[in-house]
Amino acid sequence: MAGGSRGECQPVNNFRGCFETMIAVEQNEARYLAIYSEAEKVLAGSGQAWLARIRREAIESFGELGFPTTRNEEWKYTSVVPIAGTVFEPARYELTPQVVEAIKRSPLAHLGCVRLTFVNGHYSGELSDLRQLPGDLKAPNLAAALETGEAKVEEHLARYADYRKHPFVALNTALMQDGASLVIPRGKVLERPICFLYVSRAGSRPAISHPRNLVLVGRESQVSIIEIHLGLEDGTYFTNAVTEVVAEEGAIVEYHKIQQEGPRAFHIGTLAFQQDRSSSISAHTVSLGAALDREDTVAVLAGEGAECHLNGLYVLSGEQHADHHTVIDHAHPHCSSRELYKGVLDGRSRGVFNGKIIVRKGAQKTDSKQTNKNLLLSEDATVDTKPQLEIYADDVKCTHGATIGQIDPEAIFYLRSRGIGKNEARNLLTYAFANDVIGKIRYEPLRTRLGDALFAQLAQGQETEGK
Amino acid sequence: MLEIKNLHARVGNKEILHGIDLKVNKGEVHAIMGPNGSGKSTLAQVLAGRDVYAVTEGEVIYEGQNLLEMSPEDRARAGVFMAFQYPVEIPGVSNTYFLKAALNAIRKQRGEEELDAMDFLALVREKVKLLEMDESLMNRPVNEGFSGGEKKRNEIFQMAVLEPKLAILDETDSGLDIDALRIVANGVNALRSPERAAIVVTHYQRLLNYIVPDFVHVLSDGRIVKSGGKELALELEQKGYAWLEEAVASASR
Repeated sequence: MAGGSRGECQPVNNFRGCFETMIAVEQNEARYLAIYSEAEKVLAGSGQAWLARIRREAIESFGELGFPTTRNEEWKYTSVVPIAGTVFEPARYELTPQVVEAIKRSPLAHLGCVRLTFVNGHYSGELSDLRQLPGDLKAPNLAAALETGEAKVEEHLARYADYRKHPFVALNTALMQDGASLVIPRGKVLERPICFLYVSRAGSRPAISHPRNLVLVGRESQVSIIEIHLGLEDGTYFTNAVTEVVAEEGAIVEYHKIQQEGPRAFHIGTLAFQQDRSSSISAHTVSLGAALDREDTVAVLAGEGAECHLNGLYVLSGEQHADHHTVIDHAHPHCSSRELYKGVLDGRSRGVFNGKIIVRKGAQKTDSKQTNKNLLLSEDATVDTKPQLEIYADDVKCTHGATIGQIDPEAIFYLRSRGIGKNEARNLLTYAFANDVIGKIRYEPLRTRLGDALFAQLAQGQETEGK
Repeated sequence: MLEIKNLHARVGNKEILHGIDLKVNKGEVHAIMGPNGSGKSTLAQVLAGRDVYAVTEGEVIYEGQNLLEMSPEDRARAGVFMAFQYPVEIPGVSNTYFLKAALNAIRKQRGEEELDAMDFLALVREKVKLLEMDESLMNRPVNEGFSGGEKKRNEIFQMAVLEPKLAILDETDSGLDIDALRIVANGVNALRSPERAAIVVTHYQRLLNYIVPDFVHVLSDGRIVKSGGKELALELEQKGYAWLEEAVASASR
């Protein structure tokens, strides 16, 4: 496993460059504070006192924390200098024929779900499709919910994604403008998934958006959500997304987060799950795009008998970097968690997996299993994988395992000896490896399209390698 | 169909085949017998194109082509099939998907159209019956969780579907009980025709009761030391390999 950090300044080699980077990062930190002061009065829901208080706390927290460096254990393998050192303009809504056309061409944008569409972080009524949404369900965008001051939103927003510790969550919380806000009442089973589609189009200058989603799933209700981030062009932009999901007693939630940003985009995403007694959440996080991707997934099992499945997949090539940090917090007895993260790494890409499992005192009969498997397709790709178990109860079952390997040459030969070509054999075996995760997705259209996207990406990776 | 001339092959720095000569005509079944470590499996794998073995001398002509210059997939597409001694498990790829991809790659080479799902299924059903296999194995990942016998049967099943011109069986009989052996032999015999040939690599004579060879060759220390008809196999069964090795050793003295 490789250590060190790519992109972080190296004073030994380049003192001046390092110094300039530090100055740029500090200036940008100050810039965000200034942007907040200016925008405070015009941000979504600025009339709500409770929200203004949260936003102020969040920006103060960001001011104190600053951008993380690789000296911070949580960010040890992921340098955010490319983000911290870039000046981003707030992303603006635009509905051009090119945007409409690009969405039309994206297979992942058409899954036959109820769809809330956001362009550069702003809700687009024109591009959304709420026709299949049950009539008694409110699914407005968050900006609208903040303006009207929904009680449920006030009760839950910013309670689970911790803006006191995570600088990017702090920035999102201070500056969030829009996103999905979904409140599902008690005993409601939604047959059709709901899709939060975020499309980003890079402008002439790098732009930043802070998508913010809040999903409240009432007692014994059931829902499937698909959050998708699509890049429409290959310019530089930054998506800093935060999603909070609350599953009340007995609720069943399937959550999918699909990241296919543009090749020069940055994506930092946080998923915070709060689970009541006997609730069940299955999350599927798939990273396909972006130059730099960091995903923090935190599940708090805050009631007896709650169940949590975290599945993840990162498929990287070229110079891509993806870092998946997960925390499963077993706070009550008789909860179970299953975690399977897989990585496919080609080119000079780098993957990071850090899986923390906390079993609190009194969380007896916890049953937890964590697996991280990585497939390296090139000599230059690297992976850092780290399980982190903190167990304070004595009657628990916790297992973890991590592997890093290459494609089995015996398997390649076996396939070739039956007439299957070398490249096809390699792709087939890679696909089979990754499909372990995609195969767990229950919604067939998403499963199929992700499979196709994966195949396309593998074939493309091979083409660029051949050049 | 196949002509092997003075074939030398090594793995690492160790030469295993020290000059093999063998000619296989259409319609013939050749058995290759010999003690452990004599090079039987190496010969089979060199013919299939396994790259851990380096050919240092000699040539192999298959239907007028230089077989050793062909990739493993091109050999398969040209009709060469090796049943593996140790079939590989491939998690995540179903038997059906795998076999369909293989069959269509071979059909494409032959200038035939790809089989559609219905025709493929009908073909699979027929061959599953021939090998007396459980049809549910088709939807399972290739060889994963299969018993030793199921894996061997799956090899012959693949062979039955792909219909090769030259079949090479690498110790397909080892570890099979008598029922499975009979089933596997049926599968092989069903494919016998004046147009096809087979090389049956085995340690034991037992299999040859069911797949009756036209020729038997004995391999010892990387060379064919004796060739004969099917009665040679019986002789070996009675006297063991030691008898032959001693005879060869004294002859070379």
